[in-house]
Amino acid sequence: MSESNSKDGFSISRRSFLKSFGTSAAVAATAQVEAVAAELEKANKEKVIGPEAVPITLNVNGKPIQLTVEPRVTLLDAIRNMTPLTGSKEVCDRATCGACSMLVDGKLIYSCSMLALDAQGKKITTVEGLGEPGKLSKVQEAFIEQDALMCGYCTPGFVMSVTALLMKNPKPTEAEVRHSCAGNLCRCGTYPRILQAALKAAGISKTAKTEVISYAKLA
Amino acid sequence: MPSWPEKREYISSHHTRIDGPYKVSGAAKYPSDVQPEGWLYGMILRSKWAKAKITKIDLDPALKVPGIKAAVLAPAVEERQKSGADVTMRYYGEEIAGVAGTSKQACLDALKAIKVEATELPYVVREEDAKADDAPRVWDDAPNLSTPSTKETGTVDQAFGECAAVVEGFFTTPVQLHNPLETHGNTVSWKDDGVTCWASTQGITSVHDGLSKNLDVPASQVRVISEYMGGGFGAKFGPGVEGAIAAQLSKQAKAPVRVFLTRFDQNLAVGNRPSSFQKIKLGAKADGTLHAFEFDNFGTAGVGAGGATAGGGSGVALRAPYIYRVPNTRVKQATVAVDAGSARAFRAPSCPPSSFGMESIMDELAVKLGMDPIEFRIKNDTPAPDRADDPNDPANIRQKELKLGAERFGWKEKYKKPGSSPGPIKTGIGCAGSSWGGGGRGTKAEVEIHSDGSVEVRCGTQDLGTGTRTYIALIAADVFGLKPEQITVRIGDTRYPPSGGSGGSSTSPSVSPAILTTCTKALEALQTQTGVADARGSNWPDACKKLGVNPLVTQGQWEKGLSSTNTGGVQFAEVEVDTDTGFVRVKKVLVVQDGGLILNRLTCESQLNGGVIMGMGYALYEERVMDKNSGVVLNPNFETYKLTGLGEVPEIEVILFDMPERGVIGIGEPSTIPTAAAIANAVANAIGVRVSSLPITPQKVLAALGKDKLSA
Repeated sequence: MSESNSKDGFSISRRSFLKSFGTSAAVAATAQVEAVAAELEKANKEKVIGPEAVPITLNVNGKPIQLTVEPRVTLLDAIRNMTPLTGSKEVCDRATCGACSMLVDGKLIYSCSMLALDAQGKKITTVEGLGEPGKLSKVQEAFIEQDALMCGYCTPGFVMSVTALLMKNPKPTEAEVRHSCAGNLCRCGTYPRILQAALKAAGISKTAKTEVISYAKLA
Repeated sequence: MPSWPEKREYISSHHTRIDGPYKVSGAAKYPSDVQPEGWLYGMILRSKWAKAKITKIDLDPALKVPGIKAAVLAPAVEERQKSGADVTMRYYGEEIAGVAGTSKQACLDALKAIKVEATELPYVVREEDAKADDAPRVWDDAPNLSTPSTKETGTVDQAFGECAAVVEGFFTTPVQLHNPLETHGNTVSWKDDGVTCWASTQGITSVHDGLSKNLDVPASQVRVISEYMGGGFGAKFGPGVEGAIAAQLSKQAKAPVRVFLTRFDQNLAVGNRPSSFQKIKLGAKADGTLHAFEFDNFGTAGVGAGGATAGGGSGVALRAPYIYRVPNTRVKQATVAVDAGSARAFRAPSCPPSSFGMESIMDELAVKLGMDPIEFRIKNDTPAPDRADDPNDPANIRQKELKLGAERFGWKEKYKKPGSSPGPIKTGIGCAGSSWGGGGRGTKAEVEIHSDGSVEVRCGTQDLGTGTRTYIALIAADVFGLKPEQITVRIGDTRYPPSGGSGGSSTSPSVSPAILTTCTKALEALQTQTGVADARGSNWPDACKKLGVNPLVTQGQWEKGLSSTNTGGVQFAEVEVDTDTGFVRVKKVLVVQDGGLILNRLTCESQLNGGVIMGMGYALYEERVMDKNSGVVLNPNFETYKLTGLGEVPEIEVILFDMPERGVIGIGEPSTIPTAAAIANAVANAIGVRVSSLPITPQKVLAALGKDKLSA
């Protein structure tokens, strides 16, 4: 079960912890530790956040979204459950399946494993930001054309993954697509066509061998 | 007698999914996405004991957590508490209670706050251990191992004496977990005027009926919606305990509540494919004709078998000798109960393990006889004498699939004696066949034609990623002479005419005939009402204009003659085995499959790919691991329950037999049946020894080669 970092009542400041070391060390070391502790206390005072909810602003698909979140809220939870942007999915909540993939400052990340607070001040792109019905991206069109989707629950994650790959590597080899998108899981089994779609979006044609044979005409 | 049009422009074409744009852009709203006004997040507290008697549950601390609006007991727990019966948790992960609140964080805190006291009871979680006479009993009133059922034909003991060659083996398959990407769950809104449930389900009607009954709400006041859903594979029928909990939470909180399982819980409690432990003995005459077959199997369906359920099937019973006919047989089957989550139907229940056992022993016997495995199968995969001339008998179809497939696969060129390929990386090939029923039944549909020419087709069926929505549009388009984009398809709502659940590969043979007949009736009604002799195609707009103010609504239903049952299917696999690491790499799989009339070639091929990939997971990666000492599931997450990934997927080639005269049959399950068997046979062919236990892990390969240090 996904465990939250619960408050168990034990609390010690970094300064006092370091100071406790200092009292049993040599004078020179004590002075050094004191200096570090003083710096940390200054840092601590400015940056202690929570545990109660705090207001944040997230830049999502080019628009600012204002939310109030506890520090332990993930970027996925914040966007998926507190905004109408439900395209990113929660499938494993522990960075093993890629269904929550988002671009943050141009880098593909698992949004289930980033805190919403840490996404502040960064440019966040979700699958909704890539295109919409009627105005889809090249990658999204390729997915439909190659039938790189079935139930569709893994699809947003894969669309993000392939998009991120092509941003970095516009003409990938098949091996590079497999490697880059290995962090996304699919249970329906759309992998072969995701591979085809990624290559198609890169302008490379690859088809699997399929054939329809009329049974009546068979010997 | 209705029939499929011979000239089909869109039916049987290669057509993209009409819901594709919504899925690729995140616009599609799944039941886990919907956010009805004021919705609350819900979570479930589950037993951390493998078996325990609950003595105290206190929900009050949960209700005090800020943000929490409701806390309820699981229905079974509440019922037992009320009646004074023991509240016994029967497996790690069984439901105890549920909470709903304004955030996931509030729910997590609330679950921690609930006080539960329990007395632990002895438990047993592995089949081998549960069989022992002194094992703790899963059910008080009966032993864990059921009385076996035995069926005999001919005179098997004598027949073995008459065989020129006999082989024996012990084959095991694991408990496999469905793991659809969208977990089980529902978003339920219980208001005074009724219950609305957005369900991730394969059967909106099953959820509807279940909720109405469980919640004691009139059926007419329950509505279930499942416009999209993220996979089921057999386990998503009925509201489930999670649906009942969500409903009760909604009632208490007076707000909609979304309860979807975590991935962890998904792997504990909502179904699995039973395991199998198959002792098989097979004998043939000198000319290769199968003559004697002895089979002794047991497996577990968790707490869903044994004792109280009278050792009921739950999919544990296998089909033996599956697709092969043997005149003298003894088939003995039993089930063993363990303290673990109950089994549920899982894509082609009983067939993948049946195929694995049977096809493995077939290859062993072929090798012993010195016969080519394909020739051996062609000799023995024959129809019953009274069906010999029936071209639609699956065995006759498989005869053609074997011959054509072997030729396309290059079987004769690629086949080498087992273990004979040079070097540390050995290649091998294998094949296996399948049989599945499919078939359709009653479904109703409705067509509404508007005077502006727009048309809606409504049916209370589901699209699990199977492409149902799309072929409905293709059929309507062909009947009306329109383009699929001009058809508005509405499915997944119990307000639409009822259809059955999407299981058993029965959706397309149930739904497509109903759509065809209803659209045909609608066209006739349009022509009659407007006096336009032929309203199709370019005549459509003018004909519709004549309808005037009121749209034309036509109802129809499934009719015989447009669908049938029983498919064959054969698969060939080529693998590479690294004999230093034990790693198996599947290079290629060839699928030769029939499915009657193919409604949409593109989505059909995707289904076949999907079945192969799932079968490959069964062959090489998937197994639920129970810890003997603590009674827990050890691998309830994706880093430890391994699914086939993009990096592993082989080249998959598909040959579809087009048999439109058979009507629509259903293709969801056949493609996953023989894959593991074909791969296992290919591995045995590559390394010259057999790994007879799934999944075929590197450790098992090395052990079979005598290289595993642990077994030394």
